[in-house]
Amino acid sequence: MRQRNLKGWLYLLPALLFLGVFMVYPLIDVMVYSVEEGYNSASQTYFGVGLYNFSYVLHDPYFLQAVKNTLLLVIITVPLSTALALLISVQLSSITKLKELYQTIFFLPYVTNTLAVGLVFMILFKKTPYSDGMINALIHLFGGESVDFIDGPYWAKMLVMCLYTIWVVMPFKILILTSALASVNPDYYKVARVDATPKWRIFTKITLPMISPMIFYLVITGFIGAFKAYSDEVALFGTNLNAAGMNTIVGYVYDMLYGDSGGYPSYASAAALILFAIVLTITVINLLVSRRHVTYS
Amino acid sequence: MENSQKSKLGKAVTIVLLTLWALIVLFPFYWMILTSVKSYSAYNSEYIPAFYTLQPTLQNYVDAFSAVPLGRYFLNTLIYTGITTLLMLVVVVLSAYAFARLNFAGRKTLFTLFLSLMMIPNELVVITNYVTMTNLRLRNTFAGLILPSVASIFYIYLLKENFEQVPEELYKAAKVDGTTDLKYLLKVMMPICQPTIVTIAILKIIECWNAYVWPRLITDNQAYFLVSNGIQEIRENGFGRENIPAMMAAVVVISLPLMVLFLVFHKKIMEGVSRGGTKG
Amino acid sequence: MQITLEHLTKAFPSRNRKEKAEVIAVNDFTYEIPDGTLTGLLGPSGCGKSTTLNLICGLETPTSGKIYFGTDDVTHLPPEARGVGIVFQNYALYPHLTVLENILFPLQNLRGQEKLPKNVMLDKAKEAAGLVQIEQLLDRRPKELSGGQQQRVAIARALVKRPRVLLLDEPLSNLDARLRLQTREEIRRIQRETGITTVFVTHDQEEAMSISDQIVVMKDGVVQQIGQPQRVYDDPVNLFVTKFLGTPPVNVFEGEIRSGQLYLGQDAVLPFAAPDKNVYVGIRPEGFVPSETGKLACAVQAVEVMGRDTSVVCTHPAAQARIRAIISAENVIQGNTVRFDLKPYKVHVFDRDSEVRIYGN
Repeated sequence: MRQRNLKGWLYLLPALLFLGVFMVYPLIDVMVYSVEEGYNSASQTYFGVGLYNFSYVLHDPYFLQAVKNTLLLVIITVPLSTALALLISVQLSSITKLKELYQTIFFLPYVTNTLAVGLVFMILFKKTPYSDGMINALIHLFGGESVDFIDGPYWAKMLVMCLYTIWVVMPFKILILTSALASVNPDYYKVARVDATPKWRIFTKITLPMISPMIFYLVITGFIGAFKAYSDEVALFGTNLNAAGMNTIVGYVYDMLYGDSGGYPSYASAAALILFAIVLTITVINLLVSRRHVTYS
Repeated sequence: MENSQKSKLGKAVTIVLLTLWALIVLFPFYWMILTSVKSYSAYNSEYIPAFYTLQPTLQNYVDAFSAVPLGRYFLNTLIYTGITTLLMLVVVVLSAYAFARLNFAGRKTLFTLFLSLMMIPNELVVITNYVTMTNLRLRNTFAGLILPSVASIFYIYLLKENFEQVPEELYKAAKVDGTTDLKYLLKVMMPICQPTIVTIAILKIIECWNAYVWPRLITDNQAYFLVSNGIQEIRENGFGRENIPAMMAAVVVISLPLMVLFLVFHKKIMEGVSRGGTKG
Repeated sequence: MQITLEHLTKAFPSRNRKEKAEVIAVNDFTYEIPDGTLTGLLGPSGCGKSTTLNLICGLETPTSGKIYFGTDDVTHLPPEARGVGIVFQNYALYPHLTVLENILFPLQNLRGQEKLPKNVMLDKAKEAAGLVQIEQLLDRRPKELSGGQQQRVAIARALVKRPRVLLLDEPLSNLDARLRLQTREEIRRIQRETGITTVFVTHDQEEAMSISDQIVVMKDGVVQQIGQPQRVYDDPVNLFVTKFLGTPPVNVFEGEIRSGQLYLGQDAVLPFAAPDKNVYVGIRPEGFVPSETGKLACAVQAVEVMGRDTSVVCTHPAAQARIRAIISAENVIQGNTVRFDLKPYKVHVFDRDSEVRIYGN
């Protein structure tokens, strides 16, 4: 028995080492950092223990801007992308012929390097003195005023950011919803047809409840994912997100750690913990709401 | 008959909608390829960008490899992806096997602990890892890049579930025959669960290829840049002047390996992702 | 409501794309199902019975032929316009709705002039629930119910709109043996009480025989025989029907008609006035009567006492498999050999090639 115990732990040793050093220890450490006031990374000293770091972060205009940007991104993209994915998945499920081709195309953005494709979005939306860019050319075509979506007004930048985020998150949602739809037993639809159920009622009373666990799963992961937005923004607006006014909470954490204004792991830790608290709260709320509404699972 | 006309109309709307979304998905790819074959002067003389080009050129690709160290980034990413994925497989296979088949004290508790670690966001641990790696003087090394990216609890979970589906009788029979655990794992479990292992490997490759945050933190020497922070470097300080066609050529080159991987394995990848994978 | 099927045919494109050949699921089915009866569609899997049900329901449209409900031609009507109710094998109850909501569901679909006030809907739903005796379960959800209860809910949901025709697809096969017995009587009772013309599909001959007013035996899309269960059992038209009906199954022998006698191997068992030829002979298990002077000599393998009856397992050179004879328990079987007399009306003779029944004159 002893030997068997030993063997089990031996097989787990690599995983335990990696997780211990790079997940468990950092987790404890980050909490320590967050309460060490005036930490100096060069001398590795600090003045005292307290909540000053949190207070600093919460009063930092860059952080507040980042929170505003992130919240806007979450509130706009999560419902929009989920609804759009639902629409597309339902349509996709209703065809048979080209289904696989469409499915494959729709999944394509999932495997792309978001940094790289973000640059394509950037040049599509950017306006320079030499060129209007593709999107502005289209806007002209329909008689609108051209706007610089990358270095221009806040709403324009936010728009591009949301559009790109939606483009990036759609493949996963479409995939999950399509397979959820496919797993609904066709007998339900047959019975509904025999009962003369109108199409809309079939959708709202049968299809939606049946796939509601998956929809809630997507909403929850969507929230978490959108709160962690960062690299898409770098792709669109460059690494100096504070200057562009388009920073996100995660971006703020990294900027505090490293980069032009970096070198403050204490502030970064405090900001990261605030983010974690927000995400945790929203996830718990989501779960509570879903428990009330998703009766079937 | 009115009914069938209505359903025909519905079908047409469906196809139009799906095609529209397909175009939205594909257009950036078309645009990146198109721009990458426009010559620098042609691109910059188009105030309104053209949707096609009559004089395609490969000069941008030459520039992408010669004016900036794209080849270096590429090679770094290959090394990083390869070693990380291999290490990950070793770690994941061993621990999944331990959780699935080996009986030892504390197995259940430990597994629950593992699962609860899945909720910890990367952002929380990156801070300390950055400090740790800096203190260990592992910045701008492959070790620094790779080590924190190895462990993946989700894949341990996925593989453990798969391992458990292999009938336990096989294990008992092998034990009776005097097969060692390691041999059983290598000769029986892994071949049987090969599809899942391949799926995990592919998902990890995608993850590594697109990694941006950690590589950016841990490297500031271009010699160790991966494609993601390489392309960002190209964008910000790239070709000495803003050379968008050459930048797009670099983007194409960076995107290509995963595109090929996807075209070959699209069924496997989509199946793997729908079994619970999330991005990043 | 009388259901008339006229030359009903349904062909599906072959699954193999290279072959243009079609699969004919139902082939030229003509029959009038009398009003207010319970009809069982019976056959092995893939025989076309479920397709027939789907055609009557309207979930499939026939390749050719017509379907009438009474005098209405419903061939091209969609299911919702036919006034049918259907119960699937897995019941297809909406898991997120309570029993009451499930039963109300079809009523809530009514629109325009047909729309009912809430209290009328509730009354109708309760009436349907009463009919299948589940009034006390109305607030439960399907997963809190047993299989038998789920099925009653499904039947109530199918009945709540008072359909002209009730269709049941393998209604009993998801239930355990004890419930199956109870439920099939329940289905019979409900059908009698409502008087709704009911068609059900099953692969279990015992189930079909026990409750149907008439059974339709199908094989490979072709109707083999239609009639009252006992009639079909006693007077099957071919070897397939003979083999398909009855438990334990019929014993099949390779026999021969020679000069007015039916031979099984060397044993001339019965006089049989028909031209000489090779035949198959089917003998029902209850057709054997032990007798000192019996014509059929079999080697005994086992005797299983079952209380009321005794089951004798034995062999005979001409039999295709081991023979099982059910005899009264009063007979005592001793020794290695048993001799049987045969009840002539339990012995059916079939052409060796066409497997069609041959009647002695």
